[in-house]
Amino acid sequence: MSVMNKLEWRGVSKQFGAQKVLDGLDLAVAPGRSLALLGRSGQGKSVTIKLALGLMQADAGEVLLDGVDVTHLPARERRASFASIGMLFQGGALFDSLPVWENVAFRLINADGVGRREARERAVEALALVKLAPDVADRYPSELSGGMQKRAGLARAIVGSPSLLFFDEPTTGLDPITAGAINELIRDRVTSLGCTAVSITHDMVSARVIADEVAMLDGGRIVWRGSAGDLDHADHPLVRAFIRGEPLEE
Amino acid sequence: MASLSQVLLGPVAALGRATRDALASVGRVARFAGQGIAAALTPPWYPRQILSQFLSVGFYSLPVVGLTAWFTGAALALNIYSGGDRFNASTVMPQIVALGITRELGPVLAALMLAGRVASAMASEIGAMRATEQVDAMVTLSTDPRRYLIAPRLIAATISLPLLTLITDIIGIAGGMQVSHYLIDLAPGIYVTNTVDFITAWDVESGLIKAAVFGFIIGLMGCFHGDNAKGGARGVGRATTSAMVSAAVLILASDYLLTSVFARP
Repeated sequence: MSVMNKLEWRGVSKQFGAQKVLDGLDLAVAPGRSLALLGRSGQGKSVTIKLALGLMQADAGEVLLDGVDVTHLPARERRASFASIGMLFQGGALFDSLPVWENVAFRLINADGVGRREARERAVEALALVKLAPDVADRYPSELSGGMQKRAGLARAIVGSPSLLFFDEPTTGLDPITAGAINELIRDRVTSLGCTAVSITHDMVSARVIADEVAMLDGGRIVWRGSAGDLDHADHPLVRAFIRGEPLEE
Repeated sequence: MASLSQVLLGPVAALGRATRDALASVGRVARFAGQGIAAALTPPWYPRQILSQFLSVGFYSLPVVGLTAWFTGAALALNIYSGGDRFNASTVMPQIVALGITRELGPVLAALMLAGRVASAMASEIGAMRATEQVDAMVTLSTDPRRYLIAPRLIAATISLPLLTLITDIIGIAGGMQVSHYLIDLAPGIYVTNTVDFITAWDVESGLIKAAVFGFIIGLMGCFHGDNAKGGARGVGRATTSAMVSAAVLILASDYLLTSVFARP
């Protein structure tokens, strides 16, 4: 008996003006697996995630979450489905008018109806899980370094114990040491929560640490997919060029 | 080389495109307004956000609106003294100041000051949130940005401006009273009595109704342009300017329409 995929893009297409970004994308992630989505800039990696999150509408195809097509769900039901999803945005996307703890507890307070006192306690616990001290809770995002903002964003993503996590360029703009720490945190949290994860990254070190599987997106489709361990033996020219950081031989 | 028909029809086609784009913009604003009103009138509401917007839109606008009102009332009284003296208008200075402030200058000037201070601030804040994916983040946190960001601003602007206008009316009349005391030695007590005896409830009410409409326009333009900001910092700057200009133009246009409706023989 086959296990139902946690998340699946089935024949998804998306076009902006004359530019076709996704062209019948087929991609599935099994429950509990961590997938890294690689690809050159402008190949539609962020669009792929935004379609799954309902932040954009696909022109064709469907996105299945736990076997349910969420492409055309009414906004209210779609928001309800987000209860089991966490997302770490590339720039952190922390609300700069709120202190860190309210950022982390945002969903708890505003969507789940948790009281502010309990929400704060849970936010401080989540901050501890990403190695941020309790005094950070009362600071504002503008008072944090880039690495701390990423950690706070990660705390916000995991505070509701989601079953599906998305990471958009989790290590972009960070020094190698901080990036390494973020990678370890992501791996640790994904493993502890036993959740499914989809990450977009250009960082091969990050992909090797946080992913079980790697897929290469190019021309609107997946052109290669394998385990993180297979990366070094991949015979696809784009994957080879990506690993070596060399120009692609056309 | 363009054919004769292309040359002749070019301007018509351009006019058609401009008309279509303008109608599409009106449609987008109307849709946004409808969604905003629906979000403002139905739960869930976010009381902290609404309170915070009341402080930002209403309370922090008091100094600028108060100063504007005083100077406007004083300048109006001066004009009546210097220009209206030709037909003895200075004898009815309290009445003219009261009528001018409550029916027209109070709501319009308070609204224009708020368009500059509040609509632009709303557009830049929401635009910056769009540019930095904070609005997208809110959606992924199971929270509707229309309810969390837009509705509180519309509610606060629509309710705050009539309250500010009421204060504007009082301060504007006080400005006129001070000038009339200085220029024509009219006792403040007599000035107040003349004002109260003359103005009707409708003079004040019509100004407050106008103010509520202007407040909604300010909130709507600030939120709409911020929500539709594109292209990073430059786009946010454009949205800020557009919010302020469009709010000011719509305030003046709707002022004429409302005055036409309210005008009674």
